[in-house]
Parts: sequence; structure tokens; C-alpha cells
Amino acid sequence: MTTTTWEDLVTSALLGTDRRPPAAGAPARSAGEDAPLALLDAAALHTVRRRAGLLPGPAAALPEPAPDDERPVLPEPARRRLAHLLADRSGSPSGGRRGAAPDLTELLPQWLSAANAHGYRAPASVLPALLDAARARTDLRPAALTFAGPRGLWLARLNPEWRFALRGAPGGTALPDPADAEAVRDLWDEGLFAERVALLGAVRAHDPDTAAALLASTWSTERAEDRLMFLDSLRTGLSDADEPFLEQALTDRSRNVRSTAAELLSALPRSAFARRMAARAATCVGLDRTGPEATVTVEAPHECDAGMQRDGVQPDPPPGRGERSWWLGQLVEAAPLTVWPARLGGRTPTDIVALPVADDWGDELHAAWCRAAVRQRDPDWARALLGPPKTPPATGPGTSSLAERSKLLSILPDAERALWVADFIAAHGLSEAFQLLGVCAVPWAEPLGRAVVDALDIARDAGSYPWSFSGVMGLAERCLDPGQADRLEVLTAVPDEPEGASPGAGGYWSEAFQRLVATLRLRAAMHAELLPVAPPPPPCT
Amino acid sequence: MNQQGVRWTAEQVLALAPDDASRRAGSRLGAAGPWSGGGSDGSGVVWGLCKGSGSTPYRTVVDTTGPAYTCSCPSRKFPCKHALGLLLLWAADGEPVRGSEVPDWAEQWLAGRRARAAGGGNGRTGDGGPPAASADPRAARRRAEQRAARITAGAEELEQRLADLLRGGLAAADRAGYGLWEETAARMVDAQAPGLAGRVRELGAIPGSGPGWPVRLLEECALTHLLDRAWLDVERLPEPLAATVRTRVGLTAPADGPAVRDHWSVLAQYDTSDGKLTTRRVWLHGRGTGRAALLLSFGAAGRAPGLALPVGVVIDAEVRPHAGAGQLRAELGEQFSVPVPDTEPPAGGTVARALAAYGTALRDDPWLDSWPATLTGVIPVPSQDGGWQLADADGGSALPVATAALGRPGLWRLAALSGGRPVTVFGECGHRGFTPLTAWSADTPETVPLT
Repeated sequence: MTTTTWEDLVTSALLGTDRRPPAAGAPARSAGEDAPLALLDAAALHTVRRRAGLLPGPAAALPEPAPDDERPVLPEPARRRLAHLLADRSGSPSGGRRGAAPDLTELLPQWLSAANAHGYRAPASVLPALLDAARARTDLRPAALTFAGPRGLWLARLNPEWRFALRGAPGGTALPDPADAEAVRDLWDEGLFAERVALLGAVRAHDPDTAAALLASTWSTERAEDRLMFLDSLRTGLSDADEPFLEQALTDRSRNVRSTAAELLSALPRSAFARRMAARAATCVGLDRTGPEATVTVEAPHECDAGMQRDGVQPDPPPGRGERSWWLGQLVEAAPLTVWPARLGGRTPTDIVALPVADDWGDELHAAWCRAAVRQRDPDWARALLGPPKTPPATGPGTSSLAERSKLLSILPDAERALWVADFIAAHGLSEAFQLLGVCAVPWAEPLGRAVVDALDIARDAGSYPWSFSGVMGLAERCLDPGQADRLEVLTAVPDEPEGASPGAGGYWSEAFQRLVATLRLRAAMHAELLPVAPPPPPCT
Repeated sequence: MNQQGVRWTAEQVLALAPDDASRRAGSRLGAAGPWSGGGSDGSGVVWGLCKGSGSTPYRTVVDTTGPAYTCSCPSRKFPCKHALGLLLLWAADGEPVRGSEVPDWAEQWLAGRRARAAGGGNGRTGDGGPPAASADPRAARRRAEQRAARITAGAEELEQRLADLLRGGLAAADRAGYGLWEETAARMVDAQAPGLAGRVRELGAIPGSGPGWPVRLLEECALTHLLDRAWLDVERLPEPLAATVRTRVGLTAPADGPAVRDHWSVLAQYDTSDGKLTTRRVWLHGRGTGRAALLLSFGAAGRAPGLALPVGVVIDAEVRPHAGAGQLRAELGEQFSVPVPDTEPPAGGTVARALAAYGTALRDDPWLDSWPATLTGVIPVPSQDGGWQLADADGGSALPVATAALGRPGLWRLAALSGGRPVTVFGECGHRGFTPLTAWSADTPETVPLT
């Protein structure tokens, strides 16, 4: 047996046996043998003995187990599909030309929202990949976090890279029953910000008055940015009952809070705020009946008085805009649209929009009406301002801006919206349709789908390359009704090259249509896999 | 035909890809679009026609039991993107591979394979030793003696270098840098002792491996010295230990142990690479015998190793162990069935039992770094310093997770699967800690690979 300790051996080894021979008692070799080899003999013995005698250490504090998730498990094919979609994510997003195969990454959002609609629980083993995906893509986060559920949130707490999940995770923690006043109070006083926002929403859905009282109870002590977020959360389920609170917020310390309160109030046409704005706007816009045809006259405000400023009108225009037109725009935007038919001779919105406007105020006025229609979600005005879809965008009544048009469209009912865009595409082709298509309900209604496919077919026959339409193609892959796949099959054939076509375009079009059909089939399969197979087994605990 | 043959998962398929580009290209082809006329016959054969840029579609056939691939495309990647795409499609039970009638063009290749397999089988039973032995046993013995002599010279030289190192002190090793070790490793390669060369390269990496390196360097120097001594006296060692020493030095022991037929669970599969060579390890566990077996397969740069067994299946097969005490390496022999899904994890134990098993295994092979173990009812526990433990569910004892496993995504999968509750974990348990490879939870029938 050796009496040399391991520490002695390490010291000798570190300094060298020439300088520091190992202590006597190291296993003796025959005389004359080298000290280094004796040291190594002893060290080998120590090493193997230490390894063979390893014992477990004491355990650190065990983690709090994740809350139970009672949602049913995914059907097996859907689980495989999800793994597939997440595995493809690692591939480069823009790997050159797209082939005939579907772009799986783009299908993940759809898969998640479908799975959430069914109310499935995420398989635990995919949570890391899911959180990574959500980390890389902000637009995925709400759906991914809902799907990840309480286990996902539990996991995210352990990894700093997933900290984003702890901010504004929907349904991450179990909210108390909104009727349980004490539990509500506790969470409201002590919860994380995200939990409090969620709580406010839940209580509000249950009983708006209690929610208002809850918010008012701590309002003056909240930070400005939190006040802004709370105010923003009132957008959901905004009603006349919120008026007193919002009216009070018009005098808030923070300018952003004030202007958000004003914006919310302007969406309540029966509020005192709306009446004040209506009166102000009405003094600026009138009807001149003296000429051969009625004309709208505009007299922009001459000053931005204290009352206007209190109601959220910004006195300073952005660079390059006249201050009077800036004030006018804000007044008209915030005034309830119901004021105009009475003010302008009992006309309908369509007739009002068609009226000529004096002194070149037309653009300014129509743009303000557009913003008002969006804010107040008024379909009659939206329809009037959009005008008939066949009218060329530049000469339409309301606005030629595609961004504003798509906002107006989003107010129309789904079917009407789809029909409007379908007619627009039939009349003007696809070149300006991308933004408008983006606001249409998925899957696209039949007339809209047909219009898009017809327009693509026309573009192909015209001999251009498909990548000029790659945006619309991508949307079509994600939004066309999967039932259309069979009808589209004929388009995947390589056509004869027409006179004057771009060389090789036919082959690329065929490839693009193949990808379209394949993606549609894949989406159909995806949705079919998510259908519940049998009564789900009771969740294990 | 047995239609219950298990399908692979997308991850298993993508693990076969020789490089990232193939993985991406294969993923893109893993959808219905270009495929037609495909199917699978339930015995693990999958085929399909993939439309490429030409007029005739490529004919792709995969025998997943091998796995073996053939494709009429000109790609020199192996497996090609078409084979990967086809397998992905099959993994997802895609529409175009739902056929079941083997077409003629696939049958030709399969018949050829069967014929070769039968021929190869005969060849193997004909002689157990290396082919050269039958050619000229005397010449073979002379070559073996020459090699042993070279290794002996190498071992003596290495002893000298270790002695010099210890005489001057390990502190100087830090300054000497990596070059000295590289040169010594090259000398060991010349001495035809790849086992020694590998150890020397590892020694060279230790001074840069963070705090505490002198202790680790001394440990590994000592074990290398132990191996040198063992080789120099190998004639006097009892036989199983002598075989172990020969294997450790780098002489490949033949897989000549008695074949063990069992239902083998595939517990884990993972690859490591040193830049030139990819080594794939597959851990098997015999359901009947309770034995562990390690299958090794190698792929040169840019090629995936040939062997691929999906984790979570059971195969009825023969396994032939290599010689040597404390050696788990084996070769996969005849398979008697297609793989079927595994139903439950192997029986396991506490963390203390796993460490004790490693300790016992060191008696047969003191150079072992780790030993396979299944931990039952353990909870992954994060610690303040970024490390992890696997703790017995009663919160008493715990094993640290090996540092090398800390950065891997698999550890997060393990944490997610556990959710703070006990799980069963298979992995390698050794003096560096526990490397988790596969996990099971009572919540789900899934076998979750962590590699």
C-alpha cells in the first residue's frame, strides 16, 4: 500500500520529479528505476481506484414540477408531421431557386393554429425545437406559446435563450377564476406584468365593471409604459362602459397614454368625446349648394386650442405638412362618421364620397375618412371609400394607397372582402394584389381562389417568368383551399412555349404549379392528421 | 409480409444524410410533389419514381434493413437526396408511397442484393480469421510479429516521453504546446499503434481544457503509462485481459465471440467526428439476456456511416461480440425479423447502482471512460452554475451530467420530457459524469433520443 497522497503526486508531477521527488513510500520499483515512472505507477493506481470507488453526490434542490396540461395528446401522424416541419426549419430559408417541393417552414404557422384550434397538448420532446423556432420568428410566438402550454413556460424559465416566452405568454400560468375576488386581487397585486394583462382580459370578459374597478385601483401607481399597455388591452371588448375611465385618462401625465385614450374614445361614437369632436369637425366641413352641383367646402381650423389638445389633437405637424390641414385630419379622423350624412344633406356614404370637394381638400378629407372608417370599423363607409373594385386604383374615390385599401378591406365581412379582391384581380391582374390578398380570410373563398389561379394562368400565357409573381404564389400555396389541388393539376404540365415568351419560362411555371399543388395536398394531409382519431386516452399524471 | 414494420422518423432519416446540403435537398424532396409509383412492402423496402429535370424520372429504392440504397440519378452523394426524400415521404406515410407491389425495376436490384447477401454469408462461415490467414499463414504470422515489434518500440518510446514529461514537470507541458504531442502522436501512427496515437492526441488537448487540467493530465498520463506497461508484458497477462490490452493499443480484435441471439432494443445512436472520420455508435440492449452491446460503424469524411438503426425499435437478431474483457463492442449478425416498435425502456436502477456498475467494469478494463447504464426514476436538476444533475426521485443522490453533454440540445429535450418529474434515462456513466442518450417518460409511449 502506498501512503503517498494524490495531492503529493499531483504536486510532484506539476513541478517535475527532478525538482520535487515524490514522497518516500511510493510503490518501490527495483533500485535504479526512474522516479517519474514510479510516480506514474502510483498515479495509475490512484486513478483507477478513485474511478472505481466513485460515489454519487448530494442532489441539488429538485425543481418544482411543471403544472399539469390536461389537453389531449396529438394523434401520432400529426406528431410526426410536426417533427418534420420543425426539422426542416434548420434548412436555409432562402436556398436559391425554389424547386417543385413545398416550403415546409411556411406551413408551421398554419399547423400551429390548426393544432391550437383542436386544443392539443404539445409533445414534451418537441418543446425545445418549438421554442427555438418561436425565438427566431416573432410572428410564430403567440401560436407556438399557446401550443407549448404550461410545460413550455416551465421549460423557458430554465433557459435564458427562451426568456421571450416569459413576457406576454398567453395562458402560460393558470389564471384564477374571475369570480374569485380574493385570488384575482392577489394576482393583480403581485403577478408579473404579463399575468396581470391576461388577468385583466379574463376579468373583463367576465364582468367589465369589476375589471374597470381593478384597473382604477392601482392606476395612479402604474408606470407609464404599463399604463399604456393596460389601456391598449381595453381594445378588446371596448364598450360605452369604458367611457368614464378613458375620459379620465385624457388627463394622464403621459402623452402616449392621452393619445391612446383619445383614439379609443373616438371608436365610441356615442361618447361625449365623440360629440365634442363631431361639433369641431362639423364646423370645418360643410356643403355649398350655390353652384350647379353640390360641393363640399372645407375650412380648416385656425388654431389648436386647449380643448382640442386635451382631446388628444397633436398641435405640431410632422415636417412638411401644414398645421391647419394636420389639425383638420385629426378632427375628421376622430369624429364619428355618423355626423356626416346629417351634415351633408342626408346623403349616403357612397354619395358623400362622390361629392366634389372644393379647393383641393379632397385628398386630405378622404384620407381622414378612411382612417375614421378603419378606427370605427364602419363597413358602409369602408365600402364607399373603396369604391367598385373594377375602378383603376388611381382614380378610385377614397385612396389609392394599397396599405389603406387593405385596412378598409379588413372591415368588410369575409365573403364580401374575398369577392371584392377577386373582382379587383380580374380587372387589374396580380401586380398590385399582394397586400390586398394578405387580408383575405384563409382558406380563400372559391371566387377569390379562382380569380388568383386564372390570373396566374394568364401571366403564364403572357410568357413572363413565375418569380415575378413569387409573392402571390407563396400566398396561394398557404391560402388556397386545399380542395382545389385536383383542379390545378392540369396546370403542372409543361406548356408549349408561346411566341415571344421568356426562354424556359414554361418549365419554371410547371415547377411553380407543381409546388402549389404539392403544398395544397400537404396542407390537406396536415389538417386531416389533426382530426381526433378516437376518444383521447385520459391524461396520465 | 409484415405490414407492422416500423416507420422511421424524420430525424432518423435526416441522420443518414452525408452533409447539410444533402439534408436540405432531401427535405425538399420529402413531399408528394415530384414522386409517383412508390410503395413499400412491409419488409423494409421502399421505392419510388422521382421526377427530376430530365424526361425520365429517377428510380430510387431503399432497403431500410441495411440500410442500402440505389438510385438512377448521377449524384455521387450517398445516400443521394432522392433516397432521403423518399424515406422522408415514407416516414410521413405520404400518398405516393402507399403502393405495395414491388415493381420490376426495384425487384432486379433487390434480387441482386439477396444473391450477394447469400454469397457473403457463405464466405463468412467459410473461415473465421482474416482472409490473409488462409493465403499464407506463415507470412501472416510474420507480418503480425513485425507489427507487434513496431508497437513495442512505439510503447517504449512513449514511456520515455512520459518519463521526460514527469521529470520536467507538467507545468512545462502547458508551455510546450500542442505541437510536441502531435509529433508524438504521429510517431505512434508510424508504430502502427492507433490506440496509443489517439491517447496521445487527447493528452495534448488536456492543457487547454480549463481549470483542473494538471489533475486530468496526470490521470491520463498514468493510464497511458499503465497501457504501455501492459503491452510490454502482454504475454504474461491472462487471456481476456491481454485481448483488452491489444484492442486498447489499436489491434482490432476479431468479432469471434459466440453469437448471441436475442430481441435487441436499439437504445441509442450517435455520431462523433474527428474531422477525418465519423464514428457512429449504436447501443443495443438484449431484452432476454440483459446484455449491452455496442455496434461501431465508420464513415470517411463527408459520408454517413453505413449502419443505421432507428432508436426505439426491437430487432430479433444475432450479435457477435468482439474478444476482450470488459469490451462491449459487437457486430450485428443475421436479422430474423423487421424491426418492430419497442414497448418499454430496459430495467434500470439508481444513480448509485450505475456508478457501481462502472466501478465493477473497471476491474476488467481499467481504461474504460464510461459504462452503459439505465437510470430509473431520475429527475434532471439544473444547478446555479449552469450544470445539470440527474437526481434520484427521492432527492438523495445525484450524478452530474458530463460537461460535454451540457451544450447539446438533447439535454433540453430531456428537461422538457421530465417537466420536473421522474423519467427513465439511458446513457453512458463514467468518471466524467453521466452522458444522457435516450429518455422515456410515463406520460408518453415515445422513446426520445437525446443525441
